[in-house]
Amino acid sequence: MPALISHAEFSKDFYLFLCPILFTIGAVGLMIRKNMIVMLMCIELMLNSVNLLLVSFANFFGQGDAHIFVFFIVVVAAAEATVGLSIILMAFRNLRSIDVDMFKKLKN
Amino acid sequence: MTYELISYILGGLTIGSALMVILSSHPIRSVMYLVITFFFISGHMVLMNAQFLAIVNIIVYAGAIMVLFLFVLMLLNLNKESEPRMTFASQMAAILAGGTFLLVLLAALAESTLPPMPEGMSKQIADIQNEGLVQNLGQLLFSKYIVPFEVSSILFIAAMVGAVLLAKREKQNTEEI
Repeated sequence: MPALISHAEFSKDFYLFLCPILFTIGAVGLMIRKNMIVMLMCIELMLNSVNLLLVSFANFFGQGDAHIFVFFIVVVAAAEATVGLSIILMAFRNLRSIDVDMFKKLKN
Repeated sequence: MTYELISYILGGLTIGSALMVILSSHPIRSVMYLVITFFFISGHMVLMNAQFLAIVNIIVYAGAIMVLFLFVLMLLNLNKESEPRMTFASQMAAILAGGTFLLVLLAALAESTLPPMPEGMSKQIADIQNEGLVQNLGQLLFSKYIVPFEVSSILFIAAMVGAVLLAKREKQNTEEI
Protein backbone atom coordinates (compact mmCIF):
# COMPACT_ATOMS: atom_id res chain seq x y z
CA MET A 1 0.00 0.00 0.00
CA PRO A 2 2.38 2.74 -1.15
CA ALA A 3 -0.25 5.48 -0.97
CA LEU A 4 -0.31 5.44 2.82
CA ILE A 5 3.49 5.55 3.06
CA SER A 6 3.59 8.61 0.84
CA HIS A 7 0.89 10.19 3.02
CA ALA A 8 3.05 9.67 6.08
CA GLU A 9 6.05 11.07 4.21
CA PHE A 10 4.08 14.07 3.06
CA SER A 11 2.52 14.78 6.43
CA LYS A 12 5.88 14.55 8.22
CA ASP A 13 7.34 17.25 5.95
CA PHE A 14 4.16 19.31 6.05
CA TYR A 15 3.92 19.34 9.84
CA LEU A 16 7.63 20.03 10.22
CA PHE A 17 6.73 23.23 8.40
CA LEU A 18 3.36 23.96 10.05
CA CYS A 19 4.16 23.28 13.71
CA PRO A 20 7.08 25.74 14.02
CA ILE A 21 4.78 28.41 12.57
CA LEU A 22 2.08 27.64 15.14
CA PHE A 23 4.70 27.56 17.90
CA THR A 24 6.06 30.94 16.81
CA ILE A 25 2.57 32.43 16.72
CA GLY A 26 2.16 31.31 20.33
CA ALA A 27 5.56 32.72 21.30
CA VAL A 28 4.90 36.06 19.60
CA GLY A 29 1.49 36.21 21.27
CA LEU A 30 3.19 35.66 24.59
CA MET A 31 5.39 38.67 23.87
CA ILE A 32 2.93 41.15 22.37
CA ARG A 33 0.02 40.66 24.78
CA LYS A 34 -0.05 41.91 28.34
CA ASN A 35 -3.31 40.28 29.35
CA MET A 36 -2.33 37.38 31.62
CA ILE A 37 -5.19 35.13 30.47
CA VAL A 38 -4.34 35.56 26.81
CA MET A 39 -0.70 34.82 27.63
CA LEU A 40 -1.76 31.57 29.29
CA MET A 41 -3.78 30.76 26.17
CA CYS A 42 -0.71 31.33 24.01
CA ILE A 43 1.15 28.78 26.13
CA GLU A 44 -1.66 26.30 25.41
CA LEU A 45 -1.27 27.03 21.70
CA MET A 46 2.47 26.32 21.88
CA LEU A 47 1.84 23.06 23.73
CA ASN A 48 -0.68 22.02 21.12
CA SER A 49 1.68 22.70 18.23
CA VAL A 50 4.22 20.40 19.87
CA ASN A 51 1.49 17.79 20.30
CA LEU A 52 0.71 17.98 16.61
CA LEU A 53 4.34 17.42 15.64
CA LEU A 54 4.62 14.46 18.02
CA VAL A 55 1.52 12.90 16.48
CA SER A 56 2.90 13.38 12.96
CA PHE A 57 6.12 11.60 13.92
CA ALA A 58 4.14 8.83 15.59
CA ASN A 59 2.27 8.44 12.33
CA PHE A 60 5.51 8.41 10.37
CA PHE A 61 7.23 5.77 12.51
CA GLY A 62 4.08 3.78 13.24
CA GLN A 63 4.71 3.76 16.98
CA GLY A 64 2.11 4.45 19.63
CA ASP A 65 4.55 5.76 22.25
CA ALA A 66 4.37 9.35 21.03
CA HIS A 67 0.58 9.24 21.48
CA ILE A 68 1.14 8.46 25.15
CA PHE A 69 3.52 11.40 25.43
CA VAL A 70 0.90 13.67 23.87
CA PHE A 71 -1.60 12.30 26.38
CA PHE A 72 0.68 13.25 29.25
CA ILE A 73 1.30 16.70 27.76
CA VAL A 74 -2.47 17.22 27.74
CA VAL A 75 -2.63 16.07 31.39
CA VAL A 76 0.12 18.48 32.45
CA ALA A 77 -1.47 21.30 30.44
CA ALA A 78 -4.78 20.78 32.23
CA ALA A 79 -3.09 20.92 35.64
CA GLU A 80 -1.07 23.96 34.61
CA ALA A 81 -4.16 25.79 33.35
CA THR A 82 -6.09 25.28 36.60
CA VAL A 83 -3.22 26.47 38.81
CA GLY A 84 -2.36 29.36 36.48
CA LEU A 85 -5.95 30.54 36.33
CA SER A 86 -6.32 30.44 40.10
CA ILE A 87 -3.11 32.47 40.47
CA ILE A 88 -4.50 35.00 37.99
CA LEU A 89 -7.80 35.13 39.90
CA MET A 90 -5.95 35.78 43.15
CA ALA A 91 -3.76 38.45 41.54
CA PHE A 92 -6.86 40.13 40.11
CA ARG A 93 -8.53 40.13 43.51
CA ASN A 94 -5.55 41.87 45.10
CA LEU A 95 -4.48 44.18 42.28
CA ARG A 96 -7.72 44.76 40.32
CA SER A 97 -5.93 44.24 37.03
CA ILE A 98 -4.75 41.43 34.80
CA ASP A 99 -1.82 43.35 33.39
CA VAL A 100 1.38 41.32 33.81
CA ASP A 101 3.23 44.52 34.67
CA MET A 102 1.23 44.59 37.89
CA PHE A 103 3.48 41.80 39.15
CA LYS A 104 6.20 44.45 39.44
CA LYS A 105 4.45 45.41 42.66
CA LEU A 106 5.65 42.15 44.16
CA LYS A 107 9.12 43.70 44.38
CA ASN A 108 8.15 45.91 47.31
CA MET B 1 -3.93 14.44 -3.98
CA THR B 2 -7.09 15.05 -1.96
CA TYR B 3 -5.16 14.21 1.21
CA GLU B 4 -2.59 16.90 0.43
CA LEU B 5 -5.29 19.39 -0.49
CA ILE B 6 -7.20 18.80 2.76
CA SER B 7 -3.96 19.12 4.72
CA TYR B 8 -3.09 22.43 3.09
CA ILE B 9 -6.57 23.89 3.58
CA LEU B 10 -6.71 22.75 7.20
CA GLY B 11 -3.20 24.06 7.82
CA GLY B 12 -4.04 27.46 6.41
CA LEU B 13 -7.20 27.66 8.51
CA THR B 14 -5.24 26.63 11.62
CA ILE B 15 -2.62 29.34 11.10
CA GLY B 16 -5.31 31.92 10.38
CA SER B 17 -7.32 31.19 13.50
CA ALA B 18 -4.11 31.01 15.59
CA LEU B 19 -3.18 34.46 14.31
CA MET B 20 -6.64 35.72 15.23
CA VAL B 21 -6.07 34.46 18.80
CA ILE B 22 -3.18 36.84 19.32
CA LEU B 23 -4.49 39.69 17.16
CA SER B 24 -8.09 40.06 18.38
CA SER B 25 -8.31 42.72 21.03
CA HIS B 26 -11.12 41.21 23.09
CA PRO B 27 -10.06 38.27 25.33
CA ILE B 28 -13.35 36.42 24.84
CA ARG B 29 -12.83 36.50 21.08
CA SER B 30 -9.33 35.13 21.67
CA VAL B 31 -10.81 32.21 23.62
CA MET B 32 -13.31 31.49 20.87
CA TYR B 33 -10.62 31.55 18.17
CA LEU B 34 -8.46 29.27 20.32
CA VAL B 35 -11.35 26.78 20.54
CA ILE B 36 -11.61 26.90 16.74
CA THR B 37 -7.84 26.36 16.47
CA PHE B 38 -8.09 23.31 18.73
CA PHE B 39 -10.84 21.88 16.54
CA PHE B 40 -8.65 22.33 13.46
CA ILE B 41 -5.72 20.69 15.26
CA SER B 42 -8.01 17.77 16.10
CA GLY B 43 -8.81 17.60 12.39
CA HIS B 44 -5.11 17.28 11.65
CA MET B 45 -4.88 14.49 14.22
CA VAL B 46 -7.74 12.59 12.57
CA LEU B 47 -5.89 12.91 9.26
CA MET B 48 -2.87 11.23 10.87
CA ASN B 49 -4.71 8.19 12.31
CA ALA B 50 -4.75 9.58 15.86
CA GLN B 51 -8.46 9.28 16.48
CA PHE B 52 -8.25 8.87 20.25
CA LEU B 53 -6.03 11.93 20.68
CA ALA B 54 -8.29 13.99 18.44
CA ILE B 55 -11.26 13.22 20.69
CA VAL B 56 -9.19 13.81 23.85
CA ASN B 57 -8.04 17.12 22.41
CA ILE B 58 -11.61 18.24 21.82
CA ILE B 59 -12.90 17.03 25.20
CA VAL B 60 -10.03 18.22 27.37
CA TYR B 61 -8.88 21.35 25.57
CA ALA B 62 -11.92 22.74 23.81
CA GLY B 63 -14.37 21.31 26.32
CA ALA B 64 -12.72 21.69 29.72
CA ILE B 65 -9.75 24.05 29.68
CA MET B 66 -11.30 26.63 27.38
CA VAL B 67 -14.54 26.64 29.35
CA LEU B 68 -12.43 27.28 32.45
CA PHE B 69 -10.80 30.23 30.69
CA LEU B 70 -14.21 31.55 29.69
CA PHE B 71 -15.51 31.24 33.26
CA VAL B 72 -12.53 33.15 34.62
CA LEU B 73 -12.89 35.86 31.97
CA MET B 74 -16.55 36.28 32.82
CA LEU B 75 -15.80 36.35 36.56
CA LEU B 76 -13.26 39.10 36.01
CA ASN B 77 -15.75 41.15 33.99
CA LEU B 78 -13.23 42.91 31.77
CA ASN B 79 -13.99 45.54 29.20
CA LYS B 80 -12.09 47.12 26.34
CA GLU B 81 -10.68 49.96 28.47
CA SER B 82 -9.14 47.57 30.99
CA GLU B 83 -7.35 45.65 28.25
CA PRO B 84 -3.64 46.35 28.76
CA ARG B 85 -1.78 47.46 25.64
CA MET B 86 1.84 47.31 24.61
CA THR B 87 3.67 50.08 22.86
CA PHE B 88 4.08 49.82 19.10
CA ALA B 89 7.86 49.63 19.33
CA SER B 90 7.88 46.68 21.73
CA GLN B 91 5.27 44.90 19.61
CA MET B 92 7.47 45.32 16.54
CA ALA B 93 10.47 44.08 18.51
CA ALA B 94 8.48 41.01 19.59
CA ILE B 95 7.38 40.27 16.03
CA LEU B 96 10.95 40.68 14.80
CA ALA B 97 12.23 38.34 17.48
CA GLY B 98 9.51 35.80 16.68
CA GLY B 99 10.22 35.99 12.95
CA THR B 100 13.92 35.42 13.52
CA PHE B 101 13.13 32.49 15.79
CA LEU B 102 10.87 30.97 13.12
CA LEU B 103 13.54 31.47 10.45
CA VAL B 104 16.20 29.72 12.53
CA LEU B 105 13.80 26.90 13.45
CA LEU B 106 12.71 26.27 9.86
CA ALA B 107 16.27 26.47 8.53
CA ALA B 108 17.47 23.99 11.14
CA LEU B 109 14.59 21.60 10.43
CA ALA B 110 15.08 21.84 6.66
CA GLU B 111 18.72 20.85 7.02
CA SER B 112 18.01 17.97 9.39
CA THR B 113 17.72 14.35 8.29
CA LEU B 114 15.96 11.59 10.14
CA PRO B 115 18.02 8.63 11.32
CA PRO B 116 17.17 5.37 9.56
CA MET B 117 14.48 3.35 11.20
CA PRO B 118 15.93 0.80 13.66
CA GLU B 119 15.57 -2.86 12.77
CA GLY B 120 12.44 -4.52 14.06
CA MET B 121 10.69 -1.18 14.37
CA SER B 122 9.09 -1.22 10.95
CA LYS B 123 5.50 -2.33 11.18
CA GLN B 124 2.74 -3.53 8.95
CA ILE B 125 0.58 -0.89 7.30
CA ALA B 126 -2.45 -2.22 9.15
CA ASP B 127 -0.65 -1.70 12.46
CA ILE B 128 0.16 1.90 11.56
CA GLN B 129 -3.47 2.55 10.73
CA ASN B 130 -4.63 1.07 14.02
CA GLU B 131 -1.96 2.71 16.14
CA GLY B 132 -4.09 5.61 17.34
CA LEU B 133 -7.10 3.56 18.37
CA VAL B 134 -8.18 3.33 21.99
CA GLN B 135 -7.41 -0.38 22.28
CA ASN B 136 -3.74 -0.09 21.32
CA LEU B 137 -3.14 3.07 23.33
CA GLY B 138 -4.87 1.60 26.36
CA GLN B 139 -2.72 -1.52 26.23
CA LEU B 140 0.40 0.66 25.97
CA LEU B 141 -0.74 3.04 28.70
CA PHE B 142 -1.57 0.32 31.21
CA SER B 143 1.52 -1.81 30.60
CA LYS B 144 4.61 0.13 29.52
CA TYR B 145 3.56 3.53 30.84
CA ILE B 146 1.68 2.52 33.97
CA VAL B 147 4.08 4.34 36.35
CA PRO B 148 3.82 7.77 34.65
CA PHE B 149 0.07 7.24 34.46
CA GLU B 150 -0.17 6.71 38.22
CA VAL B 151 2.21 9.61 38.90
CA SER B 152 -0.02 11.90 36.84
CA SER B 153 -2.86 11.22 39.27
CA ILE B 154 -0.65 12.58 42.08
CA LEU B 155 0.05 15.60 39.89
CA PHE B 156 -3.68 16.14 39.48
CA ILE B 157 -4.30 15.94 43.22
CA ALA B 158 -1.49 18.45 43.80
CA ALA B 159 -2.93 20.77 41.15
CA MET B 160 -6.43 20.46 42.60
CA VAL B 161 -5.28 21.19 46.15
CA GLY B 162 -3.19 24.09 44.88
CA ALA B 163 -6.06 25.58 42.91
CA VAL B 164 -8.46 25.34 45.85
CA LEU B 165 -5.87 26.81 48.22
CA LEU B 166 -5.07 29.71 45.88
CA ALA B 167 -8.64 30.50 44.98
CA LYS B 168 -9.82 30.46 48.60
CA ARG B 169 -10.56 33.92 49.83
CA GLU B 170 -8.27 35.06 52.61
CA LYS B 171 -9.81 36.17 55.90
CA GLN B 172 -8.73 39.79 55.89
CA ASN B 173 -9.72 40.13 52.25
CA THR B 174 -13.34 39.31 52.90
CA GLU B 175 -13.53 42.00 55.54
CA GLU B 176 -12.16 44.58 53.11
CA ILE B 177 -14.76 43.82 50.46
